[in-house]
Amino acid sequence: MSTVVAEKPGSLQGARLPKWFPYALAGGSVALGIGISFAAGLDSNIQWGLIAAILFIVGTYVIATRVEGKRQAKDRIATSLVWVAFLLAVVPLVSLVWTTVARGVKVLDVYFLTHSMGVVADTETGGGIYHAIIGSLEQVGLATLMGAPIGVLTAIYLVEYGRGKLAKAVTFFVDVMTGIPSIVAGLFILSIMLQFDMEPFGFAGSLALAILMMPVVVRSTEEMLKLVPNELREASLALGIPKWRTILKVVLPTAIGGITTGIMLAVARIAGETAPVLLLVFGNPFINNDPFEGAQASLPLYIYQQYGGGVETSYDRAWAASLTLIAFVMILNLGARGIARWKAPKTGR
Amino acid sequence: MAKRIDVSGLSAYYGSFRAIEDISMTVEPRSVTAFIGPSGCGKSTFLRTLNRMHEVTPGGRVDGKVMLDDENLYGAGVDPVAVRREVGMVFQRPNPFPTMSVYDNVAAGLRLNGSYKKSELSDVVEKSLKGANLWNEVKDRLNKPGSGLSGGQQQRLCIARAIAVEPNVLLMDEPCSALDPISTLAIEDLIGELKERFTIVIVTHNMQQAARVSDRTAFFNLAAVGQPGKLIEIDDTERIFSNPSVQATEDYISGRFG
Ligand SMILES: Nc1ncnc2c1ncn2[C@@H]1O[C@H](COP(=O)(O)OP(=O)(O)OP(=O)(O)O)[C@@H](O)[C@H]1O
Ligand SMILES: [Mg+2]
Repeated sequence: MSTVVAEKPGSLQGARLPKWFPYALAGGSVALGIGISFAAGLDSNIQWGLIAAILFIVGTYVIATRVEGKRQAKDRIATSLVWVAFLLAVVPLVSLVWTTVARGVKVLDVYFLTHSMGVVADTETGGGIYHAIIGSLEQVGLATLMGAPIGVLTAIYLVEYGRGKLAKAVTFFVDVMTGIPSIVAGLFILSIMLQFDMEPFGFAGSLALAILMMPVVVRSTEEMLKLVPNELREASLALGIPKWRTILKVVLPTAIGGITTGIMLAVARIAGETAPVLLLVFGNPFINNDPFEGAQASLPLYIYQQYGGGVETSYDRAWAASLTLIAFVMILNLGARGIARWKAPKTGR
Repeated sequence: MAKRIDVSGLSAYYGSFRAIEDISMTVEPRSVTAFIGPSGCGKSTFLRTLNRMHEVTPGGRVDGKVMLDDENLYGAGVDPVAVRREVGMVFQRPNPFPTMSVYDNVAAGLRLNGSYKKSELSDVVEKSLKGANLWNEVKDRLNKPGSGLSGGQQQRLCIARAIAVEPNVLLMDEPCSALDPISTLAIEDLIGELKERFTIVIVTHNMQQAARVSDRTAFFNLAAVGQPGKLIEIDDTERIFSNPSVQATEDYISGRFG
């Protein structure tokens, strides 16, 4: 028969603060922060938040040092700092989404999504974003049709074939392109348009957007291709499969989830670009379905112009269009995640 | 189907570093030849020169001749892709294609080479899986991902994938080093069966394994780190393990080395 040995607190165990301690302290700090602000007559939310955060961190350190010792106290401080940083990052995001939704839903309805501003002045009520949605979809779609394949092919060249000077040069130019401000990309296309005396049209905007998109796609695709283990390439080559088929049938399928995510994120990025669209597509209150002829609208441009309207109803339209744009980007992101999960290499039995 | 390999005066380089120097040997058809030798002496490098996989490594370069029956693998105008269809390879770590099912993994070589008849594909897959002693374990999950198998099963899947394209020679680089004794035994039995049809070359660090599976054994060594590896001797396995003609071989096999 074995004897049961009672667990004694040994040298490995030290005094620990109870589990609820951080929560209690956080609650206390917030209460005290609000109290102090109230007493001192401060009325900004940021001020009491800061006071509460400082109280919490100082309190944690002092109490944890006394009870648990220096090392645990430092651990708790680090944990608290991470939490504070997290909240600092999340607060603006949440408030942005909240404001957009709250202000956007006022005029966002089926009518708004299916009508243009053709017969409505910016200062009147009514009107919608149909023309801007059409414009955005066409411009971004065409830009993606150009930017994504070129970007992916460039990345394939760099990872699978690129050696020596040419690859270095391509990498360098991709890096430079990543840093091009969007207005400069717009000016570049504009200068070409002016050479040929062309009027603004949707496709010109697509060209500038494609320039902005390409380096992002190259970078993300490159990273994804580098993650594909070399062993898979060798396994395929050793079966007597030519290199191009190895890339097409083994390397790309393995990385396709990540590549798609990268492309979607790049699309989301260019969907919000305003500057080149302003220069090259110009904006148009009427519905123009033809991206190759005449000025078009686009969502970011519409937001900019409506905000310039300067009256309450145009502000409302701007917010509703922002909400639409955010929803569009969100759907793209969810789509990308879905594809990434669907296509990810499977490990289950 | 099995072919004879005749190597003469072969050296292989990584950039300016010569990894193996002046190797000449003959590998008999329908037999198992084992390569043994200390780590870094160039066994893998040499093995990879036999199906032109060495040049896949950046900076990889080869001098010398490798005759497969009467064709020089390094002759002018020889297509490395065609060479690799004749000389298959199994790697040290099992590497099934993660996006493909068990079935697709075995069919990959035929499908991606484009040289198959649709009606024959499932027969070939079944035959190859049976050939690799894996059929009974996977016949109910042919459409599940290949990476969901155990390590030993994955390695046999890789062997099935390699023999599905009907090569003449099968190269194996430490195929059992990541496996448990039972999987190892399964693969050793398999090698014994496969040598009826193929010429097999196997690299191993396991002396007993070399003694168990091989007909001929080649011992490689290198003078010092940074020096190229060399073939010390190749002989019948029995001879090598009982009465080798070079002292270094005996020292290595009996564990008195260095
Ligand atoms: N990709 C590479 N680039 C440069 N040098 C390499 C490369 N691969 C191997 N080498 C060098 O070539 C020599 C032979 O290596 P190799 O892998 O053929 O040895 P090995 O006999 O297979 O060793 P092990 O038994 O450990 O697998 C070593 O000195 C190694 O450092
Ligand atoms: Mg090796």
